[in-house]
Amino acid sequence: MLAVEAIDLVKDFNETRAVDGVSLAVPAGAIFGLLGPNGAGKTTILRMLIGIIDPSSGTRRVLGHDRPLEAAPEIGYLPEERGLYPAMHARDAIAFMGALRGLPIAEGRRRADALLAEHNLGDWARKSIRTLSKGMAQTVQLLGTIIHKPRLIVLDEPFSGLDAINQARLEEMIRREARAGATIIFSTHVIAHAERLCERIAIIAKGKVAFDGLVDEARSRLRPIVRLRTRASDGPWRSAIPANARREGDEYVFELPEGGPEPLLKALIDGGAGIETLAIERPGLHDAFVSIAGAGAAEAMGKEQPQ
Amino acid sequence: MRRFIRSAFVIARRDFSATVLSKTFIFFLLGPLFPLLFGGVFAGIGTNVASQAKRPVVAVVAPKAEFARLSAARDRLADAVGEDPLIELVGFTPERDLAAQQKRLLATRQPPVRAVLSGGLDHPQLVGALASDPGTEGQLRLLIAEARAPQGEDSPELNVTNIAASSGTVARDRALTAQLAQVALFLLTLMLSTMVLSQLIEEKSNKVIEVIAAAIPIDAMFVGKLFAMLAASVLGLVVWISAGALLIQLIKHGGVATLPLPAVGWPAFLALGIIYFGMNYLLFGAAFLMIGAQASTAREVQTMSMPVTFGQVLIFGFASTAVGAPGSVKAIAASVFPLSSPMAMLARGAQDAAIWPHVVAIVWQGLWVALILRFGAQLFRRTVLKSGPRLPWWRFGRA
Repeated sequence: MLAVEAIDLVKDFNETRAVDGVSLAVPAGAIFGLLGPNGAGKTTILRMLIGIIDPSSGTRRVLGHDRPLEAAPEIGYLPEERGLYPAMHARDAIAFMGALRGLPIAEGRRRADALLAEHNLGDWARKSIRTLSKGMAQTVQLLGTIIHKPRLIVLDEPFSGLDAINQARLEEMIRREARAGATIIFSTHVIAHAERLCERIAIIAKGKVAFDGLVDEARSRLRPIVRLRTRASDGPWRSAIPANARREGDEYVFELPEGGPEPLLKALIDGGAGIETLAIERPGLHDAFVSIAGAGAAEAMGKEQPQ
Repeated sequence: MRRFIRSAFVIARRDFSATVLSKTFIFFLLGPLFPLLFGGVFAGIGTNVASQAKRPVVAVVAPKAEFARLSAARDRLADAVGEDPLIELVGFTPERDLAAQQKRLLATRQPPVRAVLSGGLDHPQLVGALASDPGTEGQLRLLIAEARAPQGEDSPELNVTNIAASSGTVARDRALTAQLAQVALFLLTLMLSTMVLSQLIEEKSNKVIEVIAAAIPIDAMFVGKLFAMLAASVLGLVVWISAGALLIQLIKHGGVATLPLPAVGWPAFLALGIIYFGMNYLLFGAAFLMIGAQASTAREVQTMSMPVTFGQVLIFGFASTAVGAPGSVKAIAASVFPLSSPMAMLARGAQDAAIWPHVVAIVWQGLWVALILRFGAQLFRRTVLKSGPRLPWWRFGRA
């Protein structure tokens, strides 16, 4: 069963096309990552999926509703730009977010107290948002996002602005919600988060889906990488190494040839290369991303990466 | 529909408690009371100052008997038209050097003399700075004629029978009630307009709007915000009306009971006043919310509030044409045009006893509140959230 399905979504802002024919299918219970550099259109896709804005063309179906706002009580959404009323108390802010999604306010307050205590913020429950640190306010907003126990949780760049400890906590929370049966969609420009959390990803570049599928599939699009250091600098063994191999220091780095490791090894040994080290590595998501979205996009992501 | 109302209620509850529980709300409540209070005090002082400062003083150089006749004539005139418009007369015994006395009197400051009358009642001569004040001259002419006329002959006694009210006074007083009610309504919405204009600034500047727009329809947010402000201002209204009634009770002899009775009667008129206040507020509020939602900073709201205020003044002017002639074409036009309708209809309530036009008007106004809100929400989604397909302008607001 699909939690979210989007078919051919297009979004124009005046003359610019922010999203250009995006189709996605997110199975229920999955942790789904939208991966791509800033400005690729991730936020616009998410806003269209949950119904803040309507697409210029295309259709989407969320938890069985053609109009996503009808499913609002079952959705939790953390926007990229966090926002709370500064004068509200932390517990009221959480309860308010729940009330917007149809949770009675008294029940919201009760759950808010419990959640805040669980996150060591019990002392802050009756303090106004204004007095909270940025990290605490983020946690409060995150709690408000899940207070009504949504079936679909949409998080826009949830890791940005969090320190390592809170990032790990958030990852744990995402896994816990998924185990409890919720579907989670999040966007990120940090490949590591997607790699650790997701079974499925969509790579977004320039408003289009460059890849959509399992993380392993993305990886298996690439051949394993061979890293080789030899004693001999030249010899007949060199013909076994592909022409496009790179030199990194005194290492050769190249994709494993079609024939697999055995012919390569045989050629190296027979040719007297004198193998010092040889490693055959499974490609990471980063390599897959480079090959899928292009080196330019990967470089753009690398620059934005705060870590 | 139930979810819509519940969503609107969530927004309204947040807004209402954020407004009413803030310290600044005390000032909101006290604000309109200051002018009332000071108005009462200063109006008292003001009229005193005006009556003394404005009346021109004429020095009358004449024998005592002649001055007495002139003064008596002035008193009779005062009986007819009241003290305020009349000149002040001060008597001086003639001296030998009349020219010198005249000169001295014109220069004196205690009292400041506008002109000097001499030559008695038979050969009156007036000297003074009169170019800008033809009234003084005319009044003196009248006073002299009256003083010279023989008294007590040939004028039959006027027989006076007093009744409580005639159609003339009732119509006038009701028109006054109508006008006062309109002015009160106008001032109230004027005060609230800036508040409504800036209603969405908070959400937009601290990005809560994204959380709200993801959870509920924009229409529900608009309705919630509008009714929260309405509730807060009704709270204010109750305080202000009670304070106003108290003030009238204290100042005016006979208290509230002396106010002219409106055509539909007091209970119905007060009920209409509250309903039309609500409608007037909702109509303007919906329009202002729509306009204000387009602004993204407080500065933009401030810039916008000036033309908006002028628009309100214009509509108030339009509605005020309805006073005095409830059945005229202008009055009906003002009652039909949605934004001026509540003010015009309230004036009608003061002057015309029929109830059914009010029922029609309230339904009509409610329809327009809904229309404006709907359009405002569409506009907000389009222009602020940049939602939906691009449509040609003539299909705008239909999607």
